[in-house]
Amino acid sequence: MPDQLLFGTEVFLNGLMAGVLYALVALGFVLIYKASGIFNYAQGVMALFAALTLVGIMDGQVPFAHLINAVFGTEVHHFGWNIPSFLAIILTMGVMVALAWIVQQLIFRHLVNQEPIILFMATIGLAYFMEGFGDIMWGSDIKKLDVGIPQGMNALIDEVTYGAFGYGFFIDNLDIVAAVIATILVILLVLFSQYTKQGRAMRAVADDHQAALSVGISLNFIWVMVWSVAGFVALVAGIMWGAKSGVQFSLSLIALKALPVLMLGGFTSIPGAIVGGLIIGVGEKMFEFLIGPMVGGATENWFAYVLALLFLVFRPQGLFGEKIIERV
Amino acid sequence: MFYREAGDFKTSYTDDNQTFPIKFDRYRYYFVLFVAFCVIPFIVNDYWANAVLLPFLIYSIAAIGLNILVGYCGQVSLGTGGFMAVGAYAVYKLMTAFPEVNVFFHVLLAGGITAIVGVLFGLPSLRIKGFYLAVATLAAQFFLVWLFNKVPWFYNYSASGQISSPERTVFGYAVTGPHASAWTTYLFCLVFVTICAIIARNLTRGSVGRKWMAIRDMDIAAEIIGVDPLRSKLSAFAVSSFFIGVSGALFFSVYLGAVEVGEAFGINKSFLVLFMIIIGGLGSIFGSFAGAAFLVLLPVLLKNVLVSGLGWPTDLAAHLEFMIVGGLIITFLIAEPHGLAQLWRVAKEKLRLWPFPH
Repeated sequence: MPDQLLFGTEVFLNGLMAGVLYALVALGFVLIYKASGIFNYAQGVMALFAALTLVGIMDGQVPFAHLINAVFGTEVHHFGWNIPSFLAIILTMGVMVALAWIVQQLIFRHLVNQEPIILFMATIGLAYFMEGFGDIMWGSDIKKLDVGIPQGMNALIDEVTYGAFGYGFFIDNLDIVAAVIATILVILLVLFSQYTKQGRAMRAVADDHQAALSVGISLNFIWVMVWSVAGFVALVAGIMWGAKSGVQFSLSLIALKALPVLMLGGFTSIPGAIVGGLIIGVGEKMFEFLIGPMVGGATENWFAYVLALLFLVFRPQGLFGEKIIERV
Repeated sequence: MFYREAGDFKTSYTDDNQTFPIKFDRYRYYFVLFVAFCVIPFIVNDYWANAVLLPFLIYSIAAIGLNILVGYCGQVSLGTGGFMAVGAYAVYKLMTAFPEVNVFFHVLLAGGITAIVGVLFGLPSLRIKGFYLAVATLAAQFFLVWLFNKVPWFYNYSASGQISSPERTVFGYAVTGPHASAWTTYLFCLVFVTICAIIARNLTRGSVGRKWMAIRDMDIAAEIIGVDPLRSKLSAFAVSSFFIGVSGALFFSVYLGAVEVGEAFGINKSFLVLFMIIIGGLGSIFGSFAGAAFLVLLPVLLKNVLVSGLGWPTDLAAHLEFMIVGGLIITFLIAEPHGLAQLWRVAKEKLRLWPFPH
């Protein structure tokens, strides 16, 4: 095979891997949207917050250290212990569940039956709040997250492809792990929503929450549960992105990238989120590779949105979304 | 007692149709205009102009523009920053290409160019709605910012990639560039704000505005009663983008002077203006002003209290500002979805009965 084609294939594979990570964030959106009709803009910030909390717990940082130091003139920064990553992940999960409960009790309980667009704006507010809150709690410097996921080039793939084509493909171990975890996560979520009692209740609420309420399903519980699951997905996404590029503010912008993913796949479909993620991941990498050099590069910033925009004009409900029927 | 319709007799249709039917409102409006045009220019200094008045006036125009689109026509847009960038770059190209033309017309033309771009990006609104559209407008935001970064023609091939406004005068007084004084820049912006507010107010209470509101409340029903969705939606996009373009042009040429597009017109600007109209009140011209004033004053106030008063580090104050703004958005959406404008309306309603509530 000619070099250019091989290189293109490598870009394609890397795009697939990046797409998996987009799909991970998009999954969280789909879950909340399906169960409560809330389009949760704060999903990306939740991922950032989860990653910040995880790093903070692992390093034994004192929460609000910056604020405490400023108010009381003290100099506290660390408790002086390190918590193993497994335990820290569980603790962080606890924080995310607590967060889900607070969000439900303080915000979305009071906004039931509001217009979807009002709910959307409320989540933008939530995103802003959590961004500031996370920074005040854990500090805004860029942190390194290391929970023991292997990183760097996968030697095996490099060797095999070198043997076959005379050109070693560069594929990051982290991306492979992410792909595996995402697959497991999707299977688990599908099993959960199809075969457990809570999952069935969740689908009932998604279908018609008044009818669900009338057969005795606790809306409050289901919504807290859904937000917790979304928090868990955010945590996984936060760990992956955090390990890849450090825990920093730009992590929350990933959420914005997940939006076109959702629009491609349809807001209500879990497989749609995966397929959409892969299309966007591959699409933007290939576009940058093929067309990018002609127009000055950095097309990754907007390609996903424009693709989604063009796509929507022809199929407003996305690839797998439910058909939108309007009644007067 | 003094705030009432009674005793204010209307003898002609023009009287009946005036913007402020209540006498007290009318006098208050003249009073505000008088203070803004005849008092403030004489007492304004550099700090007040640059920290408070100019951003307030310029953001007010942007907020009015976005309010027409979101509050009156119901089409949520997250592309405000991108459209402001179009206005800024349009005015820059015009100022440098035709230096002999008055900058006033450049700003208006920049608004016109932005309106064309806005209509272009508004076309998908005919197919998609709600937050699908909100996300689609993100395409405008990111694409436009990228475009102005990557195509050297837009920034006249300058080495830094920045654009900076040359000095231009109106009636012999510099309004842009380093030699512009506080009062000229203030008055220049104020003229635009006044014109825009009057246009917006009259558009929204006329037939165009009623069509927008019909589309907002339910577009299918509006179509059935004979409102053309194509024309009303696109006209909302055009008018809204015109205002946003004017504000972007002023933001660059008068307020900042030099601009790097990713920094000045990023996604955060879109959110800021959106927050202004949520806090101020969706579907209200007064609300646009109130929201702009609120979000311009809040950081200034926080900075003065926390950094200068208590001696906290600036980054802490910035984070706290994020929290407060986010919290306020949620609070307003829950407690008062119509924003500050509604509080104002309630106050007026109370005032009408005062001091005899029954």
